[in-house]
Amino acid sequence: MSHTIPCSCHCSVKIKHLGVKKGDNVILQDVTLTANHGEILALIGRNGAGKTTLLKAIMGQLPHTGTISFFNAQGASIDRPRIGYVPQSLAFDRSTPVTVADMFCANRSRLPVWLGHRQSQLEQVEKMLKKVGAHAQLHKTLGSLSGGELQRILLAYALDPIPDLLLLDEPVSAVDRKGTGVFYQMVTSLRSEYHMPIILVSHDIGHVKKYATNAAFLDRTVVMQNTVDKVLNNPVVRETFGLDAVGGNP
Amino acid sequence: MDAIYSFFQQLPFEWTQFHFMVNALLAVLIITPLFGLTGTMIVNNKMSFFSDALGHSALTGIAIGVMLGIDNYLLSMLGFALLFALGISAIIESGTSSSDTIIGVFSSAGVALGIVLLSINGGFSKYSNYLIGDILSVQGGELLLLLFVLVLVAALWVFSFNRLMTASLNPDLAVSKKINVRLYKNLFVIAIAIIVTVSIKWVGILIINSLLVLPAAAARNIARSMRSYHGLSVLFSMASGLVGLILSYYLGTAAGGTIVLAAAVLFFVTFFIHRFRARA
Repeated sequence: MSHTIPCSCHCSVKIKHLGVKKGDNVILQDVTLTANHGEILALIGRNGAGKTTLLKAIMGQLPHTGTISFFNAQGASIDRPRIGYVPQSLAFDRSTPVTVADMFCANRSRLPVWLGHRQSQLEQVEKMLKKVGAHAQLHKTLGSLSGGELQRILLAYALDPIPDLLLLDEPVSAVDRKGTGVFYQMVTSLRSEYHMPIILVSHDIGHVKKYATNAAFLDRTVVMQNTVDKVLNNPVVRETFGLDAVGGNP
Repeated sequence: MDAIYSFFQQLPFEWTQFHFMVNALLAVLIITPLFGLTGTMIVNNKMSFFSDALGHSALTGIAIGVMLGIDNYLLSMLGFALLFALGISAIIESGTSSSDTIIGVFSSAGVALGIVLLSINGGFSKYSNYLIGDILSVQGGELLLLLFVLVLVAALWVFSFNRLMTASLNPDLAVSKKINVRLYKNLFVIAIAIIVTVSIKWVGILIINSLLVLPAAAARNIARSMRSYHGLSVLFSMASGLVGLILSYYLGTAAGGTIVLAAAVLFFVTFFIHRFRARA
């Protein structure tokens, strides 16, 4: 299933004039945003700026106005795009006896996982997990994994099948420093292997500086989208994140 | 059926000589795997209170059947249970109150309405056998209905389990994989409504939920994958059904209650195995 897209790839996501309302409350309006292939676009903004709402709209979970279009490597429009999603931390019942293999095979095959797994599927899943260094966890239950292991497995899960867009929603908020480094290294190397556009929601300006290529500052609409340096030098952004504060509120 | 009866009459047990015991045994062999299978998902989704409420709604279903003058209450129970189940899930989805509050309201209202309606026409006691059920009263034709439901639900479980499991693991993740979470949840709720309705006459309103929840809960204590979870749940469900039925014959106790007690014993045994393992 894995294949590399040539570097002349044109896959991208274009969001135009997107708006989301909850009752009379305008949560997002006139959001226009582009994420290109091979790009890690950081979505930053204060709490309540609409970052999660935007992700949900992109995933098709929320009704919205405006358009979201996906384009493949040749630049042709994709009607039913595949979206990989890595949540902040997986909210699930840790006592559920579901193994990593159960989770992946349930996604790949109709053969009910309570009857077992096909050997060929298991081998492919193991290959996927190897990419994120988590193949040793194949037969472990999800509840027994550490925060870092779980996020890497969710990353592999988001990549199965290879998506047209990868959404990372504060993917390392529950992971320790070492795990965070490992996670972002994975993301960076996957980006160079698969080239799909990646949208990263993060509160951590340090991570954004280090790993993102572009940034969009969101406050109910896109205030600005540019390279990370340019966005982080914007006075409003600096004020929102307290980047100029010396000894004041961090 | 005659071939089956004569087969059982050749067995060297006193209880296999009676047709009603053989019928009950067959019913147990059909119902319990069904409970074992679906119970796993009820426990996964923390829906044990929900299935309990569904059982309670049967009372109103019977009352509606009585008022409409239907002889077989199955249809009115099923109709009401489906309405009730989908109604509860729709209201939970609207997010106005917490789900246990909404289920609690529906559950109490379902029982109360049933009691009020049934007591209008001179006395509730006629229907009290529905409360504890009587598996010894199963007839040959009814076994066929149970078998049909078993096949139906097993087919649903084969066809939709993977998506159902992903949806119950985390709805957002399921949506990202293009799973229609609401559709699968509703399918599941409908399956539970059907199972509860067709078996309530024999298992009883008061204890039907224990049979759905206990084997799965016991299996969950020691299972380490979906496969062992389901295998153990079905095994525990069938084992407690068989042991409970046979014990009830020799002890002269109510079959349903004895079966539930057997399942409860299994739960505590696995609970201590789990504790022991965790410490080791």
